[in-house]
Amino acid sequence: MRNVVFWAMAAAAVVTAWRIFRADSMVRAAYWLMASFVAVGVILVLLGAEFLGLVLLLMMAGEMTIMAVFMVMFMMNPAGLNPMTMVHQHRTAIAAGAAAFLGLAAVGLFGHFPAAPAVTASSAAAAGATEQLGGELLGDSMLVFETAGVTLLATMVGAIAIASRRGRYGDADEGSEEPAVETAPAAAPAAPAAPHTAAADVLAPDEHAGHDMGDHAGAPAGMAHAVSPPAGNGAAPDSHRDHTGPEAPT
Amino acid sequence: MTLAALLVLGAALFGIGVYGALSQQSFVMVMMGLELMLNGAILAGVALWARAAGGTPKGQLLAVVLMTVMAVEAAVGFALVINIYRIRKADITEKLKALRG
Repeated sequence: MRNVVFWAMAAAAVVTAWRIFRADSMVRAAYWLMASFVAVGVILVLLGAEFLGLVLLLMMAGEMTIMAVFMVMFMMNPAGLNPMTMVHQHRTAIAAGAAAFLGLAAVGLFGHFPAAPAVTASSAAAAGATEQLGGELLGDSMLVFETAGVTLLATMVGAIAIASRRGRYGDADEGSEEPAVETAPAAAPAAPAAPHTAAADVLAPDEHAGHDMGDHAGAPAGMAHAVSPPAGNGAAPDSHRDHTGPEAPT
Repeated sequence: MTLAALLVLGAALFGIGVYGALSQQSFVMVMMGLELMLNGAILAGVALWARAAGGTPKGQLLAVVLMTVMAVEAAVGFALVINIYRIRKADITEKLKALRG
Protein backbone atom coordinates (compact mmCIF):
# COMPACT_ATOMS: atom_id res chain seq x y z
CA MET A 1 0.00 0.00 0.00
CA ARG A 2 2.73 2.41 0.93
CA ASN A 3 4.58 1.50 -2.22
CA VAL A 4 1.54 2.12 -4.36
CA VAL A 5 1.03 5.52 -2.80
CA PHE A 6 4.71 6.29 -3.16
CA TRP A 7 4.89 5.47 -6.84
CA ALA A 8 1.69 7.34 -7.54
CA MET A 9 3.03 10.39 -5.75
CA ALA A 10 6.40 10.10 -7.46
CA ALA A 11 4.76 10.00 -10.87
CA ALA A 12 2.51 12.89 -9.88
CA ALA A 13 5.46 14.95 -8.68
CA VAL A 14 7.39 14.50 -11.92
CA VAL A 15 4.41 14.99 -14.22
CA THR A 16 3.19 18.11 -12.46
CA ALA A 17 6.73 19.47 -12.37
CA TRP A 18 6.94 18.97 -16.11
CA ARG A 19 3.55 20.59 -16.59
CA ILE A 20 4.75 23.76 -14.85
CA PHE A 21 6.79 24.74 -17.85
CA ARG A 22 4.22 23.60 -20.37
CA ALA A 23 1.21 25.46 -19.01
CA ASP A 24 -0.21 28.27 -21.08
CA SER A 25 -1.16 30.35 -18.11
CA MET A 26 1.35 31.27 -15.49
CA VAL A 27 -1.28 31.04 -12.78
CA ARG A 28 -1.81 27.46 -13.76
CA ALA A 29 1.93 27.00 -13.66
CA ALA A 30 1.90 28.20 -10.05
CA TYR A 31 -0.74 25.67 -9.16
CA TRP A 32 1.10 22.91 -10.98
CA LEU A 33 4.10 23.71 -8.82
CA MET A 34 1.84 23.57 -5.79
CA ALA A 35 0.67 20.13 -6.90
CA SER A 36 4.26 19.00 -7.22
CA PHE A 37 4.96 20.18 -3.71
CA VAL A 38 1.88 18.39 -2.43
CA ALA A 39 3.14 15.14 -3.95
CA VAL A 40 6.58 15.61 -2.39
CA GLY A 41 4.97 16.48 0.94
CA VAL A 42 3.01 13.24 0.88
CA ILE A 43 6.22 11.34 0.17
CA LEU A 44 7.88 13.05 3.12
CA VAL A 45 5.01 11.96 5.34
CA LEU A 46 5.39 8.42 4.03
CA LEU A 47 9.07 8.56 4.91
CA GLY A 48 8.24 9.36 8.50
CA ALA A 49 9.03 13.05 8.39
CA GLU A 50 5.46 14.03 9.10
CA PHE A 51 6.30 17.39 10.53
CA LEU A 52 8.47 18.37 7.58
CA GLY A 53 5.88 17.20 5.07
CA LEU A 54 3.11 19.22 6.65
CA VAL A 55 5.33 22.28 7.06
CA LEU A 56 6.26 22.00 3.40
CA LEU A 57 2.60 21.89 2.43
CA LEU A 58 1.66 24.86 4.59
CA MET A 59 4.60 26.93 3.43
CA MET A 60 4.03 26.19 -0.21
CA ALA A 61 0.30 26.82 0.00
CA GLY A 62 1.01 30.34 1.19
CA GLU A 63 3.84 30.91 -1.22
CA MET A 64 1.98 29.67 -4.25
CA THR A 65 -0.91 31.95 -3.43
CA ILE A 66 1.48 34.90 -3.41
CA MET A 67 3.08 33.61 -6.56
CA ALA A 68 -0.27 33.39 -8.31
CA VAL A 69 -0.89 37.04 -7.45
CA PHE A 70 2.50 37.91 -8.87
CA MET A 71 1.72 35.96 -12.00
CA VAL A 72 -1.45 37.95 -12.53
CA MET A 73 0.54 41.14 -12.10
CA PHE A 74 3.38 40.27 -14.42
CA MET A 75 2.13 38.02 -17.14
CA MET A 76 0.94 39.20 -20.49
CA ASN A 77 -1.48 36.39 -21.18
CA PRO A 78 -3.80 36.44 -18.22
CA ALA A 79 -6.38 33.88 -19.13
CA GLY A 80 -4.04 31.42 -20.74
CA LEU A 81 -6.30 31.21 -23.75
CA ASN A 82 -3.49 31.44 -26.25
CA PRO A 83 -0.63 29.01 -26.51
CA MET A 84 2.33 30.50 -24.76
CA THR A 85 5.92 29.51 -24.91
CA MET A 86 8.38 31.97 -23.53
CA VAL A 87 11.64 30.16 -23.67
CA HIS A 88 15.13 30.97 -24.72
CA GLN A 89 18.21 28.80 -25.26
CA HIS A 90 15.87 25.86 -25.28
CA ARG A 91 18.24 23.15 -26.41
CA THR A 92 20.93 24.22 -23.99
CA ALA A 93 18.43 24.21 -21.17
CA ILE A 94 17.18 20.75 -22.06
CA ALA A 95 20.73 19.47 -22.26
CA ALA A 96 21.63 21.02 -18.93
CA GLY A 97 18.53 19.64 -17.24
CA ALA A 98 19.13 16.17 -18.64
CA ALA A 99 22.78 16.29 -17.61
CA ALA A 100 21.85 17.35 -14.09
CA PHE A 101 19.28 14.58 -13.86
CA LEU A 102 21.61 11.90 -15.20
CA GLY A 103 24.47 12.94 -12.98
CA LEU A 104 22.45 13.06 -9.80
CA ALA A 105 20.55 9.92 -10.65
CA ALA A 106 23.85 8.13 -11.24
CA VAL A 107 24.94 9.17 -7.78
CA GLY A 108 21.68 7.89 -6.34
CA LEU A 109 21.84 4.60 -8.23
CA PHE A 110 25.50 3.73 -8.02
CA GLY A 111 26.63 5.50 -4.89
CA HIS A 112 27.10 3.53 -1.72
CA PHE A 113 25.08 4.77 1.18
CA PRO A 114 24.93 3.20 4.60
CA ALA A 115 21.76 1.25 5.14
CA ALA A 116 20.58 2.70 8.40
CA PRO A 117 16.87 3.20 8.16
CA ALA A 118 15.02 5.35 10.59
CA VAL A 119 12.33 3.57 12.52
CA THR A 120 9.33 4.45 10.43
CA ALA A 121 7.30 1.32 10.61
CA SER A 122 4.49 2.75 12.66
CA SER A 123 2.97 6.13 13.16
CA ALA A 124 4.07 6.07 16.77
CA ALA A 125 7.68 5.91 15.63
CA ALA A 126 7.05 8.83 13.29
CA ALA A 127 5.67 10.85 16.16
CA GLY A 128 8.85 9.98 17.98
CA ALA A 129 10.80 11.41 15.07
CA THR A 130 8.88 14.64 15.31
CA GLU A 131 9.52 14.74 19.01
CA GLN A 132 13.21 14.19 18.40
CA LEU A 133 13.24 17.00 15.89
CA GLY A 134 11.63 19.32 18.41
CA GLY A 135 14.22 18.39 21.01
CA GLU A 136 16.97 18.96 18.49
CA LEU A 137 15.64 22.34 17.41
CA LEU A 138 15.50 23.62 20.95
CA GLY A 139 18.45 21.63 22.23
CA ASP A 140 21.77 20.94 20.61
CA SER A 141 21.02 22.68 17.34
CA MET A 142 19.33 25.70 18.77
CA LEU A 143 22.00 27.96 17.31
CA VAL A 144 21.24 26.73 13.81
CA PHE A 145 17.55 27.16 14.36
CA GLU A 146 17.88 30.66 15.74
CA THR A 147 20.26 31.60 12.96
CA ALA A 148 17.64 30.53 10.47
CA GLY A 149 15.16 32.77 12.25
CA VAL A 150 17.48 35.75 12.21
CA THR A 151 18.22 35.07 8.56
CA LEU A 152 14.53 35.25 7.81
CA LEU A 153 14.27 38.52 9.70
CA ALA A 154 17.18 39.99 7.76
CA THR A 155 15.55 38.76 4.57
CA MET A 156 12.33 40.54 5.43
CA VAL A 157 14.16 43.79 6.07
CA GLY A 158 16.24 43.42 2.93
CA ALA A 159 13.28 42.52 0.74
CA ILE A 160 11.34 45.54 1.92
CA ALA A 161 14.37 47.75 1.37
CA ILE A 162 14.82 46.40 -2.14
CA ALA A 163 11.19 46.61 -3.11
CA SER A 164 10.27 49.92 -1.57
CA ARG A 165 9.65 52.76 -3.94
CA ARG A 166 11.25 55.40 -1.78
CA GLY A 167 14.70 55.19 -0.33
CA ARG A 168 15.97 56.95 2.71
CA TYR A 169 17.10 60.01 0.81
CA GLY A 170 14.89 60.08 -2.23
CA ASP A 171 13.36 57.88 -4.85
CA ALA A 172 14.91 54.48 -4.81
CA ASP A 173 15.50 54.31 -8.53
CA GLU A 174 17.50 57.51 -8.56
CA GLY A 175 20.01 56.15 -6.17
CA SER A 176 20.22 56.97 -2.53
CA GLU A 177 22.80 59.64 -2.20
CA GLU A 178 23.12 60.97 1.25
CA PRO A 179 22.61 64.72 1.40
CA ALA A 180 25.58 66.79 2.33
CA VAL A 181 26.03 67.68 5.93
CA GLU A 182 24.62 71.10 6.64
CA THR A 183 27.43 73.54 6.87
CA ALA A 184 26.20 77.06 7.03
CA PRO A 185 28.57 78.99 4.75
CA ALA A 186 28.41 76.74 1.73
CA ALA A 187 24.69 76.29 1.30
CA ALA A 188 23.21 79.20 3.23
CA PRO A 189 24.58 82.60 2.39
CA ALA A 190 22.00 84.45 4.46
CA ALA A 191 22.59 84.43 8.19
CA PRO A 192 18.95 83.99 9.35
CA ALA A 193 18.55 80.88 7.26
CA ALA A 194 20.83 78.84 9.44
CA PRO A 195 18.80 78.99 12.67
CA HIS A 196 15.66 78.52 10.66
CA THR A 197 16.76 75.22 9.24
CA ALA A 198 18.06 74.10 12.56
CA ALA A 199 14.77 74.91 14.22
CA ALA A 200 12.83 73.26 11.44
CA ASP A 201 14.89 70.16 11.84
CA VAL A 202 14.09 69.98 15.49
CA LEU A 203 10.50 71.09 15.41
CA ALA A 204 8.92 69.49 12.42
CA PRO A 205 10.99 66.54 11.35
CA ASP A 206 8.15 64.87 9.49
CA GLU A 207 7.27 67.81 7.33
CA HIS A 208 10.89 68.57 6.77
CA ALA A 209 11.69 65.03 5.76
CA GLY A 210 8.71 64.96 3.47
CA HIS A 211 10.06 67.84 1.50
CA ASP A 212 13.51 66.49 1.66
CA MET A 213 13.00 63.11 0.18
CA GLY A 214 11.49 64.47 -2.95
CA ASP A 215 13.97 67.20 -3.56
CA HIS A 216 17.21 65.91 -2.38
CA ALA A 217 18.10 63.12 -4.72
CA GLY A 218 18.63 65.62 -7.50
CA ALA A 219 20.40 68.32 -5.54
CA PRO A 220 21.99 66.92 -2.45
CA ALA A 221 24.15 69.95 -1.87
CA GLY A 222 21.46 72.59 -1.53
CA MET A 223 19.74 71.26 1.49
CA ALA A 224 18.93 74.53 3.16
CA HIS A 225 17.37 76.04 0.09
CA ALA A 226 15.57 73.08 -1.31
CA VAL A 227 13.35 72.96 1.75
CA SER A 228 11.85 76.41 1.64
CA PRO A 229 11.30 78.45 -1.48
CA PRO A 230 12.70 81.95 -1.43
CA ALA A 231 9.26 83.54 -1.24
CA GLY A 232 8.38 81.71 1.93
CA ASN A 233 11.74 82.28 3.41
CA GLY A 234 10.61 85.32 5.32
CA ALA A 235 7.47 83.76 6.76
CA ALA A 236 8.78 80.43 7.82
CA PRO A 237 11.46 81.62 10.25
CA ASP A 238 8.95 83.86 11.97
CA SER A 239 6.51 81.09 12.59
CA HIS A 240 9.23 78.92 13.93
CA ARG A 241 10.61 81.65 16.08
CA ASP A 242 7.21 82.01 17.69
CA HIS A 243 7.50 78.48 18.90
CA THR A 244 11.08 78.66 19.89
CA GLY A 245 11.07 82.06 21.47
CA PRO A 246 13.09 81.23 24.56
CA GLU A 247 15.52 79.07 22.69
CA ALA A 248 16.24 81.44 19.85
CA PRO A 249 19.88 82.34 19.63
CA THR A 250 20.60 85.92 20.43
CA MET B 1 10.34 3.03 -1.76
CA THR B 2 14.02 2.34 -1.81
CA LEU B 3 16.67 4.97 -1.32
CA ALA B 4 17.72 4.75 -4.97
CA ALA B 5 14.19 5.41 -6.18
CA LEU B 6 13.86 8.38 -3.87
CA LEU B 7 17.15 9.86 -4.99
CA VAL B 8 16.28 9.36 -8.64
CA LEU B 9 12.98 11.12 -8.04
CA GLY B 10 14.80 13.99 -6.38
CA ALA B 11 17.22 14.10 -9.30
CA ALA B 12 14.31 14.24 -11.73
CA LEU B 13 12.75 17.17 -9.92
CA PHE B 14 16.11 18.90 -9.80
CA GLY B 15 16.71 18.32 -13.50
CA ILE B 16 13.32 19.71 -14.46
CA GLY B 17 14.04 22.68 -12.24
CA VAL B 18 17.36 23.27 -13.98
CA TYR B 19 15.62 23.16 -17.32
CA GLY B 20 13.00 25.64 -16.19
CA ALA B 21 15.41 28.04 -14.58
CA LEU B 22 17.58 28.13 -17.68
CA SER B 23 14.89 28.16 -20.33
CA GLN B 24 12.15 30.42 -19.04
CA GLN B 25 12.11 34.07 -19.93
CA SER B 26 9.80 35.40 -17.28
CA PHE B 27 11.47 36.16 -13.99
CA VAL B 28 8.74 34.55 -11.95
CA MET B 29 8.96 31.38 -14.00
CA VAL B 30 12.71 31.30 -13.41
CA MET B 31 11.95 31.47 -9.71
CA MET B 32 9.60 28.53 -10.08
CA GLY B 33 12.46 26.57 -11.58
CA LEU B 34 14.61 27.43 -8.58
CA GLU B 35 11.85 26.34 -6.22
CA LEU B 36 11.58 23.05 -8.04
CA MET B 37 15.31 22.46 -7.64
CA LEU B 38 15.02 23.07 -3.92
CA ASN B 39 12.05 20.74 -3.86
CA GLY B 40 14.20 17.94 -5.20
CA ALA B 41 16.95 18.81 -2.75
CA ILE B 42 14.58 18.61 0.22
CA LEU B 43 13.27 15.28 -0.99
CA ALA B 44 16.76 13.86 -1.37
CA GLY B 45 17.77 15.15 2.05
CA VAL B 46 14.80 13.67 3.83
CA ALA B 47 15.25 10.41 1.91
CA LEU B 48 18.82 10.15 3.13
CA TRP B 49 17.65 10.98 6.64
CA ALA B 50 15.06 8.23 6.56
CA ARG B 51 17.11 5.55 4.84
CA ALA B 52 20.79 6.13 5.41
CA ALA B 53 21.26 8.31 8.45
CA GLY B 54 19.58 6.18 11.03
CA GLY B 55 16.95 8.76 11.72
CA THR B 56 19.15 11.22 13.47
CA PRO B 57 17.30 14.46 14.11
CA LYS B 58 20.06 16.46 12.47
CA GLY B 59 18.91 15.18 9.10
CA GLN B 60 15.55 16.74 9.63
CA LEU B 61 17.27 19.88 10.79
CA LEU B 62 19.02 20.04 7.42
CA ALA B 63 15.64 19.93 5.73
CA VAL B 64 14.46 22.77 7.95
CA VAL B 65 17.47 24.80 6.84
CA LEU B 66 16.63 24.01 3.21
CA MET B 67 13.10 25.28 3.74
CA THR B 68 14.58 28.47 5.16
CA VAL B 69 16.65 28.81 2.02
CA MET B 70 13.49 28.37 -0.02
CA ALA B 71 11.68 31.10 1.88
CA VAL B 72 14.64 33.47 1.57
CA GLU B 73 14.89 32.80 -2.13
CA ALA B 74 11.22 33.51 -2.67
CA ALA B 75 11.24 36.73 -0.65
CA VAL B 76 14.36 38.20 -2.21
CA GLY B 77 13.29 37.03 -5.64
CA PHE B 78 9.93 38.75 -5.45
CA ALA B 79 11.57 41.91 -4.14
CA LEU B 80 14.01 41.92 -7.04
CA VAL B 81 11.24 41.31 -9.55
CA ILE B 82 9.32 44.30 -8.23
CA ASN B 83 12.40 46.50 -8.18
CA ILE B 84 13.50 45.63 -11.70
CA TYR B 85 10.03 46.08 -13.07
CA ARG B 86 9.70 49.49 -11.45
CA ILE B 87 13.05 50.77 -12.66
CA ARG B 88 13.43 49.16 -16.07
CA LYS B 89 9.91 48.05 -16.92
CA ALA B 90 11.41 44.64 -17.48
CA ASP B 91 9.51 41.46 -16.85
CA ILE B 92 11.54 39.05 -18.95
CA THR B 93 15.21 38.34 -18.88
CA GLU B 94 15.79 39.55 -22.44
CA LYS B 95 15.18 43.12 -21.34
CA LEU B 96 18.14 43.05 -19.05
CA LYS B 97 21.09 43.20 -21.37
CA ALA B 98 23.30 45.44 -19.29
CA LEU B 99 24.28 45.30 -15.67
CA ARG B 100 23.87 49.03 -15.27
CA GLY B 101 21.98 49.92 -12.12
